[in-house]
Amino acid sequence: MQFSDSLFATRFHITRQDLEKYLSEALSHGGDYADLYFEYLLTSSISIDESIVKSAAQGVNMGVGVRVIAGERTGYAYSDDLSPEKIRKAAHVAAYIAKGPSKVEKFDLKEGAHHNLYPVLQAPTEMAFAERVDLVRRADRAARAFDPRIFQVQALYADDLRHVMVATSDGVLSIDRQPLARLSVSALARVGDGPPQRGHSGGGGRVELSFFQTEKTPEHFATEAAREAIAMLDAVDAPAGEMTVVLGPGWPGILLHEAVGHGLEADFNRKKVSAFTDRIGQKVASELCTVIDDGTINSRRGSLNVDDEGQPTRRNVLIENGILRGYLQDKLSSTLMHAEPTGSGRRESYEYAPMPRMTNTFMLAGQSDPADIIRSVPKGLYCVSFGGGQVDITNGNFVFSASESYLIEGGKVTRPVRNATLIGNGPEALKYVSMVGNDLKLDEGIGTCGKESQHVPVGVGIPTIRIDRMTVGGTA
Amino acid sequence: MLELANEVVKRALAAGATDAECTIAEGEEFSANVRMRELENLKEAGSRGAGVRILIGKKTGASSTSDLSPEGIAHLVKSAIELADVTNEDPHAGLPEREELGTISGDLRLSSPDVPQLETELKIETARRAEEAALSTDPRISNSEGASFDSHTGRHIFANSRGFAGEYRTSYCSLSVVPVAREGESMERDYWETLARGFAGLEAPEKVGRIAAQRALRRLNPVKVETQKAPVVFEPRVARSLVGEIFDAVHGMSVYRHQSFLAGKLGEKVASETVTVIDDGTIPGLFGTSPFDDEGVPSRRTVVIERGVLKSYLLNCYAARKLGMKTTGNASRGLTGNAGIGHGNLFMEKGTATPEQIIGGIRNGFYVTQVAGFGVNIVTGDYSQGASGLWIRDGELAFAVSEVTIAANLKDMLLGLEAIGNDLEFRGSVAAPTLKVGEMTIGGK
Repeated sequence: MQFSDSLFATRFHITRQDLEKYLSEALSHGGDYADLYFEYLLTSSISIDESIVKSAAQGVNMGVGVRVIAGERTGYAYSDDLSPEKIRKAAHVAAYIAKGPSKVEKFDLKEGAHHNLYPVLQAPTEMAFAERVDLVRRADRAARAFDPRIFQVQALYADDLRHVMVATSDGVLSIDRQPLARLSVSALARVGDGPPQRGHSGGGGRVELSFFQTEKTPEHFATEAAREAIAMLDAVDAPAGEMTVVLGPGWPGILLHEAVGHGLEADFNRKKVSAFTDRIGQKVASELCTVIDDGTINSRRGSLNVDDEGQPTRRNVLIENGILRGYLQDKLSSTLMHAEPTGSGRRESYEYAPMPRMTNTFMLAGQSDPADIIRSVPKGLYCVSFGGGQVDITNGNFVFSASESYLIEGGKVTRPVRNATLIGNGPEALKYVSMVGNDLKLDEGIGTCGKESQHVPVGVGIPTIRIDRMTVGGTA
Repeated sequence: MLELANEVVKRALAAGATDAECTIAEGEEFSANVRMRELENLKEAGSRGAGVRILIGKKTGASSTSDLSPEGIAHLVKSAIELADVTNEDPHAGLPEREELGTISGDLRLSSPDVPQLETELKIETARRAEEAALSTDPRISNSEGASFDSHTGRHIFANSRGFAGEYRTSYCSLSVVPVAREGESMERDYWETLARGFAGLEAPEKVGRIAAQRALRRLNPVKVETQKAPVVFEPRVARSLVGEIFDAVHGMSVYRHQSFLAGKLGEKVASETVTVIDDGTIPGLFGTSPFDDEGVPSRRTVVIERGVLKSYLLNCYAARKLGMKTTGNASRGLTGNAGIGHGNLFMEKGTATPEQIIGGIRNGFYVTQVAGFGVNIVTGDYSQGASGLWIRDGELAFAVSEVTIAANLKDMLLGLEAIGNDLEFRGSVAAPTLKVGEMTIGGK
């Protein structure tokens, strides 16, 4: 999209001269760099509970964030009012951080080429509500129809359409239109008056509404949620202690997000507070492991044409055959570390300065047949779905909590087990990966990553893998 | 702003709504971060937004906007009205009854006049002093993620078509420090924080820095213990999370859906007799206090668990109608949408034992100072979390432990609470003293 066609030019009448003026204002007290992040966000959501569409909501949120960098210092201010006086005031506040003459004198804003990863003609947010309401109704019906033991179903559909514009004192002018949609379903099952069990599923991406009608239907997610709830009815206590763990393909890739992804974000490494600090070139995983963070996959939830600093996203190799290759950079860290940008500068909204973040993080497929991986394990745990994860980047310890897993006994998947958290240490855990399946799968598009209270959509993926040693937090 | 809220309600009624409620929020935030003795980040900004929820009979619609211009407000009302078309009739939907509406009178001390007047230099200096104290505690504190001073002032306005219109102002400031300790290959961080409605209520920066440093230091060179069953002591900062789990389990929406292990257990013994849990949104100056909830119902004190017996769920009007009960004044929401449920000041009453006495009575056990993960299932009560802390040997804190899990079922944990400390402190809207659970499974080597 061209600047002149963007909503910021047409509706808010912002001109290139305005942008240059605001950047000058931001650098009026000095500083090495300044940028402006304009955002106009439309959101909508619909939910069903007890087969009643109980709520539907839509919202508009807009604003601009102004950032000034001076050495290691960052000044930040924002305004939810796009009038020139308010933007200039924000620029003036952000400028407070810097002292002395600015090193930047002239701005020549240029629109660079960038990807077109989500050529969505009509975003779901721009469609009539009636069509979207149908998605949650269908999900409710399908989950209930799956099995008479399903007694509660909730489904939530949410989408947003984010218009962004980034202008930087480096001369970058970048405009993007970022659609995002997701449908999630949760179901409760019980036998008679027995204790209930829960199942959950969901997915989406930067897609048109037709995605939910043809590729991943409400029935698909509903059936999956109901299946998980029913499966858990027979769950036995999870084991406790170190054992062999097999992760199923797709969403269990959250392991990579927690075990290595966060620890490789450049801000932590620049400050030398990550367990991966100064370990580039070292072996941090078995040679079967190659881990990629790729923001350029079509239509994915974690993908972006440009990051929130106006840089085109890239495919970044984090670990190659077990060797640590690189960090995820934003403008500030890449400048201070004299490193290449990686297109990883992201923020939740105009209210926040960007930080290095992941996009879609996954492990490349290996050679093993997934069935052989299971067969190879005399006794262990097979985890197919997770609730979420967390990491302490300084000591490297990470957890991820299994919501659906099974015992492996004598090379066969046997009984389902109750929820259990798995724990490991980032630079160590992947050294125990002894088999990698040929079945790489990306998740369905449901992940949200939190860092320093900023939440951004992300994706993960993994083939079936065998980890010889990991601590499982059960009770048995 | 109160006029604007009333105006939005009036316009919604004029556009065809049979009931309407409007929330307006305004806030100013400031944040300064000092790292390795240098100013690193400075942020200052303000924002505001409005939301409306309407009913047309038993159907609802909702919308929100950050655009408070006349066009923005017109669009806000129109959007909400349109949406009532796509929702279903919900027999339990509706606003509180007129007699349920109201506000607590008197000064709740939610806003301190010193906060908006603080000089930027003072705020930066406060953060600098806190980090300096951490860095100078011990040579092993050789790095830091910095110290932050944050402050916030806000205004909250709510009006509905049943005659309620109210507003209140809030303020807070906080100071936190995250030092990094290093010894050989071992690197650990921890944090300490002080939070108050006004600057004068903060703990001294030197104290905050020193505590943060001591906490990071005691985590150095941790051991992964053997898998075993043992008593577990939760320090207050972590015990809070257990009170948070109780909140999730008595949350009215989860209760009517039967997705809580405490659903249907009113009047039953659900915890050890020494356990009393109270939600009180009326205590002046605290962080969970408000004059009215997000439906315009006065905040109140609700005994949730009394001497081990489940006495009340926490409810908004909707959950109350579903359960055939009365609201407990716990409605909570953002700018718009159907009200959810929140807590006021939710805490477990303190016991009589000092933390030292509790630890002193344990030969072999785990003193937990941090939990991590998403391994709590409120439907079943299954609890499995990553944990780190210190090992208790012969009544003493002996060595650091990390990379282990703790697991049990919350039902058993609550019934098996063997000791409750006398060290209750409100450092947020959820508070708990030191707690000892008789036995949990520790997953390690």
